[in-house]
Amino acid sequence: MLEVRGVQKAFDGFQAVAGVSLSVARGEIAAIIGPNGAGKTTLFNLVTGHIRPDAGSVLLEGRNITGLPPHQVCRRGMGRSFQRTNIFPRLSVFQNVQAAFISHRGRGLDLLSRVDRLYRDETDALLASLGLLERAGEMSGFLSHGAQKQLELGIALASEPKLLLLDEPTAGMSAAETHETIRLISRLARERDLTLLFTEHDMDVVFSIAQRITVLHQGHVIAEGAPAEVRSDPEVRRVYLGERR
Amino acid sequence: MSALRRLPWGLLGVLAALSVPLLGSRFYTFVATDVAIMALFAVSLNLLLGYTGLVSFGHAAYFGVGAYTTGLLMKMAGVGFTLAFPAAGLLAGLFALVFGFFCVRVTKIYFAMLTLAFAQIVWAICFKWNDVTGGDQGMPEIPYPDLAWMERLPLVGDLQTSDHFYLLTVVLVGVCFWLLRRIVGSPFGRILTTIRENPERAEFIGVHVGRWELIAFVLSGAFAGLAGGLFGIFNRGVFADFVYWTKSSEVLIMAILGGMGYFYGPAVGALVLLVLNQQITSYTEYWPLVLGSILIVLLFAFPGGIVGALDAGRRRLARLRRA
Repeated sequence: MLEVRGVQKAFDGFQAVAGVSLSVARGEIAAIIGPNGAGKTTLFNLVTGHIRPDAGSVLLEGRNITGLPPHQVCRRGMGRSFQRTNIFPRLSVFQNVQAAFISHRGRGLDLLSRVDRLYRDETDALLASLGLLERAGEMSGFLSHGAQKQLELGIALASEPKLLLLDEPTAGMSAAETHETIRLISRLARERDLTLLFTEHDMDVVFSIAQRITVLHQGHVIAEGAPAEVRSDPEVRRVYLGERR
Repeated sequence: MSALRRLPWGLLGVLAALSVPLLGSRFYTFVATDVAIMALFAVSLNLLLGYTGLVSFGHAAYFGVGAYTTGLLMKMAGVGFTLAFPAAGLLAGLFALVFGFFCVRVTKIYFAMLTLAFAQIVWAICFKWNDVTGGDQGMPEIPYPDLAWMERLPLVGDLQTSDHFYLLTVVLVGVCFWLLRRIVGSPFGRILTTIRENPERAEFIGVHVGRWELIAFVLSGAFAGLAGGLFGIFNRGVFADFVYWTKSSEVLIMAILGGMGYFYGPAVGALVLLVLNQQITSYTEYWPLVLGSILIVLLFAFPGGIVGALDAGRRRLARLRRA
């Protein structure tokens, strides 16, 4: 599904990502972990086209997407949620998701139709599966942090992605919200046959749902494999898990 | 409440505007023409400002291009209004396409500065190109369109030519408002609001932000050009200060004063600003002082503009009634 080959990125001489390769198979739930500053978000931005790699390439379903702008990466079947919640705050919950449907289905240049009821059924169905349907009419900027994160997931899903990248999907959430969000994500991934790649700082979350974990440290991959292998890897214990205990 | 909302307000507004000349005051008709045209100018700007979240500081360029286009065609080439008017929109849209191509490549303050820079270039050309634009002397004596057919209409047949031109203006502005309203209420319009709210996220629902911004820029410029075309005739002349940056700031003030979060907000802003200007300048020469004070109060007390304040009041009333 996704293949990253030796991508590199330096900012003002600082090597944020130093030749990272990884691959995610179809239907897999994969996680990237690593201490702060390990290069997780930069790696995400390289994959989604927000920044251009200095070297290396990114392939989505075998096609080279290196250096494509984000809107084209998105159209090729990659969805994304951001670390800092990224919604359209002064639009209603309904409009947030509806806009994603409009764009994905190529109606964004339609100047003549009425927008009000466009894709209403699809939007309502998606909101219902997120548990946000009763709040469809509310201004999205007024939702709680957790609900905004869920809405952002909805925006990403409206583009009907094959691969979904989630940058710290539970950042800033309470324990209860985290639990609920993880259940939601696993359920949606199953229902929609999604391939998932996410970063996360909460180790419980990572080890509970990831099937495969890549550990980044100072821009390098230092370990990769199933959760049990990664957990017992001495290098990982030293640089990452050890630091936290 | 809902019965009130279902009334065709737009149509009623046009009808009310159409009856102004029947009051029999040349002065009222004069002010009303000014308001109608500037309202279209301000609402056209708001497609960028309020809907796409782009601050254009050079919108007068397209207004001016429209005014010169209609003026030149009607005065120099003897072309009829039915061609000269749409030509204003077309040429202004074309200018907006060329300038916008560069402007949408930069963001925020740089966007504002670049729109201003292009507008000042247009101004300099209008100011200096004596053979075509009349330079600093401008282009006086733009003829009225041929409205003799209106003399055969009941009720308004006996009115003066300036009244007839006003009636035409109201109808044309009404049609433009209807078109603009369709645009902001279309799927395209919804995508524009996502760009206003969060361009980064808009990119990642698959929107090529620059392309949508450019289309909005062209549409906005074209409607500004139509307003300019009307204004040159109303003003009986086209002058370089139509394109000057103060004109751009005037229309920005109208939009912000009226409320850029509402479709008709900028139109209300145009009405209030022009009427206040007329009234206050007859009492005092310190109009800019008064305008400045009004703006300061408004920006701090009612950031949603006049319409925003009215809307908030209406909501509070509804809540009181329910309680």
